[in-house]
Amino acid sequence: MELYDLTVHELIEKLEKKEISVLDITKSYISRIDNKEKDINAFVTITDKEALEKANELIDGKASSKCYGIPIGIKDNICTNGTKTTCSSKMLENFVSPYDATVVEKINNENMICLGKMNMDEFAMGASTEYSAFKKTKNPWDIERVPGGSSGGSAAAVAANMVPWALGSDTGGSIRQPASFCGVVGLKPTYGLVSRYGLVAFASSLDQIGPITKDVEDSALLLNVLTGHDEKDSTSVNVEKKNYLEHLKDGVEGLKIGVPKEFFGEGINEEISKSVKDAIDKYKELGATVEECSLDIADQALATYYIIACAEASSNLGRFDGIRYGYRTNNFTNLNELFRNSRSEAFGDEVKRRIILGTYVLSSGYYDAYYKKAQKVRTIIKNKFNELFSKYDVLITPTAPTVAYKIGEKCNNPLEMYLADLCTVSLNIAGLPGISIPCGVNSNNMPIGMQIIGKQFDEETLLKTAYAYEQKTKFRETYKPEL
Amino acid sequence: MKVSKEELLHIANLANLNLKEEEVNSYLENLQDILNFANVLNNVDTSNIDETIGSTSNVNAFRKDEVKVFEDTEALLRNAPEKENNMFNVPKVI
Repeated sequence: MELYDLTVHELIEKLEKKEISVLDITKSYISRIDNKEKDINAFVTITDKEALEKANELIDGKASSKCYGIPIGIKDNICTNGTKTTCSSKMLENFVSPYDATVVEKINNENMICLGKMNMDEFAMGASTEYSAFKKTKNPWDIERVPGGSSGGSAAAVAANMVPWALGSDTGGSIRQPASFCGVVGLKPTYGLVSRYGLVAFASSLDQIGPITKDVEDSALLLNVLTGHDEKDSTSVNVEKKNYLEHLKDGVEGLKIGVPKEFFGEGINEEISKSVKDAIDKYKELGATVEECSLDIADQALATYYIIACAEASSNLGRFDGIRYGYRTNNFTNLNELFRNSRSEAFGDEVKRRIILGTYVLSSGYYDAYYKKAQKVRTIIKNKFNELFSKYDVLITPTAPTVAYKIGEKCNNPLEMYLADLCTVSLNIAGLPGISIPCGVNSNNMPIGMQIIGKQFDEETLLKTAYAYEQKTKFRETYKPEL
Repeated sequence: MKVSKEELLHIANLANLNLKEEEVNSYLENLQDILNFANVLNNVDTSNIDETIGSTSNVNAFRKDEVKVFEDTEALLRNAPEKENNMFNVPKVI
């Protein structure tokens, strides 16, 4: 057993017993990165030298925080002062943020150690990390398959033990779906629980930062670091800061679980449906009440999501003009050409497609039919969830309609790629928290993810529910990628 | 709704993007596919339904009207593709 095989809470235990030092941990992960990165391509930037320096500084210090000296990977759309933040785009290939994102400040205050910036779909637009302008990340369970996306680098690195945990961002499933594809745990917090300050904006009313971890306890541990009201993000909600470890092990006796039947039918792979249903049966054994319910929103949610997300993206990405930062073309004779050519040369295909769709649905003549309509359907979706949550504590669905697919399989059909988000987008639309945990593997030994959905700001129940299943089934001990 | 080539080019123009000839057809097809899919929303009755702007019940976020000076001009200019005398350089506009 190598140190890089352990979860963070196991590492912390060893640190507390003084069996190991923070330098041992960082060295173990760096050696793992040296061995495996060439196969996986999870990183855009590796900060091994800086990490070693910091570990050396911390080694003689007093552990001033719970996660003192623990390494981490950060998705490359989260700003880190002094290290490049590229969003896996040619547009920001050389961008070095002059400030830290609030979550990065929190990580630094804990004295955690950044191992590098993780690959992603360009500007977080995609579900396979194939839209990165720099490299294609491979799934550690089968390197011919995608890791999911857009936080594919983060999820693949956690699954391959190249980082003990990582930060991702989730606009329509970008934490949960790659976590599901890579057999790890991905949590999208309630909208507003974690500050978005310093997260390069894709769709501001949907984006949320969250942890991708090896197990549920680590998820709670990292969430403890990330939360807190932030004046710099006007959508950050001022709620009392909780300790998510406090009720983690309380069990699910008496918990009411709703199972929306529409998420197990058409469009969902049968093996996945069965595996998640088996997992739900385990909850009965654990003392929870399970009841089938109806939530017939999947297609509407997906359409609403793509209209709203693209509209917001077309507006957010207007800032990339080749003037203050980012790529500037050499090919221009006037200001207008400078804007247009810089944008056209530096944005990738999928980013342009979404800007165009977003501009279309916001343009005069179509605004009411698409954008305004979608904003109204958004209200209906929220109401439907509210109704269900008056009866149930959590809902359970599959995380994704399929397991990880082959690289290249869906690249040429954008709409088919969008269907990968079928089960996840509705949570972003309604601002709800969701966690994906592994619940088995399919006949090709590829991991299957189960999504647990909670009430707004009820991450405690979400984590408790996930933890109870994980402890009963021990996925991590039973299944491992052969790397 | 059917999108014409002219409409697509108009939209690309609004978004400050150039489309190459070979991109026009594939973007047109993609846009049409996605809009066709979005038609599922037409079947949803939204009369008397308000729009949702954000997903939490946050109404407004005020902060004190205080000036905070950020003095590290150099850090802000570090990423500028072209700069001169502590200013961003742009082509002549008049």
